[in-house]
Amino acid sequence: MDLFYVLVGTVVFAVGGPVLGCLLAGIDRKVTARMQGRVGPSLLQPYYDVRKLLEKDRVAVNSSEEVYVATALVFTLLAGGIFFSGGNLLLCVFVVTLSALFFIVAAWCTRSPYAEVGASRETLQVMAYEPMVLFMAIGYALGIASMTGFLSFDVRAAFYMPAPVILSNVLVFAGLLFVLTIKLRKSPFDLSYSHHAHQELVKGVTTEMSGRTLAMVEIIHWCENVLFLGWVGLFFIWNSAASILLALAVVAAVYFLEIWIDNNFARVKWQAMLKGAWVVALVAGVVNIGAFVVL
Amino acid sequence: MAFASKSPWVIHYDGSSCNGCDIEVLAALCPGYDVERFGIINTGNPKHADIFLVTGSVNEQNKAVIREIYDQMVEPKVVVACGICACTGGIFHDCYNVLGGVDSVIPVDVYAPGCAVCPENIIDAVVQGVAVLDEKSKALKKKRKEAAL
Repeated sequence: MDLFYVLVGTVVFAVGGPVLGCLLAGIDRKVTARMQGRVGPSLLQPYYDVRKLLEKDRVAVNSSEEVYVATALVFTLLAGGIFFSGGNLLLCVFVVTLSALFFIVAAWCTRSPYAEVGASRETLQVMAYEPMVLFMAIGYALGIASMTGFLSFDVRAAFYMPAPVILSNVLVFAGLLFVLTIKLRKSPFDLSYSHHAHQELVKGVTTEMSGRTLAMVEIIHWCENVLFLGWVGLFFIWNSAASILLALAVVAAVYFLEIWIDNNFARVKWQAMLKGAWVVALVAGVVNIGAFVVL
Repeated sequence: MAFASKSPWVIHYDGSSCNGCDIEVLAALCPGYDVERFGIINTGNPKHADIFLVTGSVNEQNKAVIREIYDQMVEPKVVVACGICACTGGIFHDCYNVLGGVDSVIPVDVYAPGCAVCPENIIDAVVQGVAVLDEKSKALKKKRKEAAL
């Protein structure tokens, strides 16, 4: 039965994820423009961009790059399906990491020196955020366990709780916010693939990707954004319809905060990102999870 | 409808410009002129770009570079010569090392003269370039359909 839900969830996410993600990206560009005193593009600009990319001629450097990117897209959709069908949060984390790995391999397989720099930076980003993301899943499960006595990674469990998981996971949530900047590819942590040309080595991890392949990368990015904001919202869900509104409000506030950070901080070196993310993971994750164990 | 005109991404290359035109190209991207209103983004990657903005004249040193960037760009693509040097060689046209305008190495679709070319002219040229882009995109679509038959 679980598998059936996941499959239905994946199909729904494959349709809804890109639509929502596209609108989010449009809002991002609009808000960014306003923060810089510009008018900015239309809300549907990301959609136009992807449609244009699909119209471009096909000139892949090899035949495997597109396959890797397509696989990354499939796993992103599956991760979204697992999460939004109320499935296992830990599995969702692993599947979305697998998608990130396929994306890295796609860049590496082109043998372009610039794409390789991007790919190794992307690897560092995965290394930086992964511990905190795992602590997030564990913190969630322990939060559920503290209320029910049963350890459960299931996302749907949150909807049956008397209180939101955030109450026992404040530090874990703060840590998640820190690595969210890396996962959403926002400055100061947009090391592998920046949306701003002026601070990029050619175009980082996507240097050799063009046309249809690049369109898929954009769609992956949209879906990931929706999924990660879903993780943020999950912490504010409990057995109440109003909690969904609260979760949406928190998600909106967090997304605005990320855009603000993106516009106000210059890119850091990878050493600072890796150290920062691991220190945050160590402090936030270990202290919070340690508190669960001790108390 | 072709979407090429809705999101023209540009790449900018300084041939041997005195930087006058370069500053104007970047000014067009800044808040004052904000070409992102039209979906125009400055990319650093020829493989992502639709419009090639070249400033400055062509010489033996940069001939190969301009050719390489043009070749790496994916069809449909448009070239805009920004400033009089890029159009004809301008004041440097009879220098010993200057070959002439950009059209001496690659086909140019739109010429935007001026010394330096003002941002309004660049925007105007890009808008004209976008119309060419649309035509090329439609031609490519037609070619693809014919190939599929």
